Amino acid sequence: MAIQSNLKNMTVVLTGVCLVCSALLGGAYVLTKGPIEKAAQAKTEKSLSAVLPGFDTVEEMNNVSVDGTDYHCYKALQGGSVVGYAIESGTIGFGGPLTLMVGVTPDGVVYNTSVLSHSETPGLGAKCTSDAKFMAQWKGFDPSAKILSVKKDGGDVDAITASTITSRAYSRAVQAAVNVFRTLNDEGGQDNE
Amino acid sequence: MEYFLIIISAIFVNNIVLAQFLGICPFLGVSNKLSTATGMSMAVCFVITLATLVTFLINKYLLIPLNITFLQTIAFILVIAALVQMVEIVLKKVSPSLYQALGIFLPLITTNCAVLGVAIDVVTKQFTFGGEAHFLNLGEAMVYAFATSLGYGLSMVIFAGIREHLALNDVPKAFKGVPIALVSVGILAMAFMGFSGMVK
Amino acid sequence: MKEDKTMSNKLKLITDGLVRNNPTFVLILGMCPTLATTTSAINGLSMGLATLFVLVLSNMAISAVAPVIPDKVHIPAYIVIIATFVTLVQLLMQAYTPAMYETLGLFIPLIVVNCIILGRAEAFANKHGVLESACDGLGVGLGFTCSLTVLGAVREILGSGSIFGWNFIGGHDGMLAFVMAPGAFICLGYLMVLFNKYLKKN
Repeated sequence: MAIQSNLKNMTVVLTGVCLVCSALLGGAYVLTKGPIEKAAQAKTEKSLSAVLPGFDTVEEMNNVSVDGTDYHCYKALQGGSVVGYAIESGTIGFGGPLTLMVGVTPDGVVYNTSVLSHSETPGLGAKCTSDAKFMAQWKGFDPSAKILSVKKDGGDVDAITASTITSRAYSRAVQAAVNVFRTLNDEGGQDNE
Repeated sequence: MEYFLIIISAIFVNNIVLAQFLGICPFLGVSNKLSTATGMSMAVCFVITLATLVTFLINKYLLIPLNITFLQTIAFILVIAALVQMVEIVLKKVSPSLYQALGIFLPLITTNCAVLGVAIDVVTKQFTFGGEAHFLNLGEAMVYAFATSLGYGLSMVIFAGIREHLALNDVPKAFKGVPIALVSVGILAMAFMGFSGMVK
Repeated sequence: MKEDKTMSNKLKLITDGLVRNNPTFVLILGMCPTLATTTSAINGLSMGLATLFVLVLSNMAISAVAPVIPDKVHIPAYIVIIATFVTLVQLLMQAYTPAMYETLGLFIPLIVVNCIILGRAEAFANKHGVLESACDGLGVGLGFTCSLTVLGAVREILGSGSIFGWNFIGGHDGMLAFVMAPGAFICLGYLMVLFNKYLKKN
């Protein structure tokens, strides 16, 4: 079966195996690089079209800083006029980081939200991606008329059953996005003056 | 304070065996007796901490600057395999008594997914220990790795204690061995679930 | 070992992996992914298929190069070969099934240390031809995939009241514990009992 080992053939074989394998992987990496980037882009585009009203172009904006945190923002245009902003907003849920894409129309109303990544408990907090009632309430949520916290805390958000902490985190993330939008809006207003 | 949270979180809340399902094979394999369980835990503790240190540095100063992070898996497993071999050789020379205690467990550790799992986790995952989500720095990574391996030891020793008692009980034939052990771990995991949400 | 080239023998290699040498229920190998990724039937199936892919390819590659690898360094050499295929799976999944890649997360790179793969390389692939090794890999891989899918299905039915994502209890909650860690251990324990009682032949 295997041949006798001596220092020379051990070194040669191990080096050879490593070289061939890394060469193979290097090739595979180059080949899959394009599709991987495309997949990541497709994910962003999918979440953008989910949280924004119909648009024809979307441009990535410079990061917006609010309270020392930088937020990733996108501006959606339809026929040259702004139809909405999408803000990537993160917070800490029950199991770890919770990242949302929040779409806000120019009048300051939340158009829709979508979860980018989370590590909530399956069957409990993870329902923030599947609970129809919880997800529907974000459509057209007007943060100037309603309070962005769960009903238990005196707000207007219906929490997911048995997952108050996740619901709180979700509300906080939406609030952060709304704050970012307000900052953006203020800056935009100054530009026009 | 943050280090304290990391330690509590890694030992109890996200226990590596009972909540993250890493290192189950040796967990089931060598937990028959309390003494072997302790030996294995110590060996794992040693290797996880050392391996995390080395892989963290390799990732930061070699893989990221050269933009070859796709070779992470292959590089880490090689480092771990080499490290285990080295530890074995050094231990044999320096402290024969410790080698006697840990020696037989060392070769098994290369394929213990807890080691590779922690090494990959600390460089790719964002953690939130009470604060904002962030990647760990070297100090935090070391504390996390060490605390995780303590958690491994804790669950292993508790489970070995349970198994020593199980061995004396009369269980149905189909349950003998691994099945009854798995059901017991399930109940133990349920107890550890009580810690969940304590540290975010 | 004498090589048997008959068709029925290859078929036997495949069916052996399913029941008689089932990696999960008989050999009790590769427990970590088995427990961690089976929160639903589809997750279990995907993990099983990813492992199957690596197992077949690494078995073939190792059986091909085994004769020229010196005995003392065969383990590191095998690990490098296995890690190569694992990284390949990682890159492919990232590119074409990104959602599943995120769900399985850490457990994709951890296929490297799945004892089933190194175990088959040691116990079978380095003593047999390429084709036999491929069949063995296919059989054991299918056995692993089946076990993971069954465990995933049981946990999904009990824990979420659905099967392959199709909910049959009309929006109610299942028994959550089965989706979480304790359920994984307990389900696997009881499935093993059933396997021992009805399928294992001595």
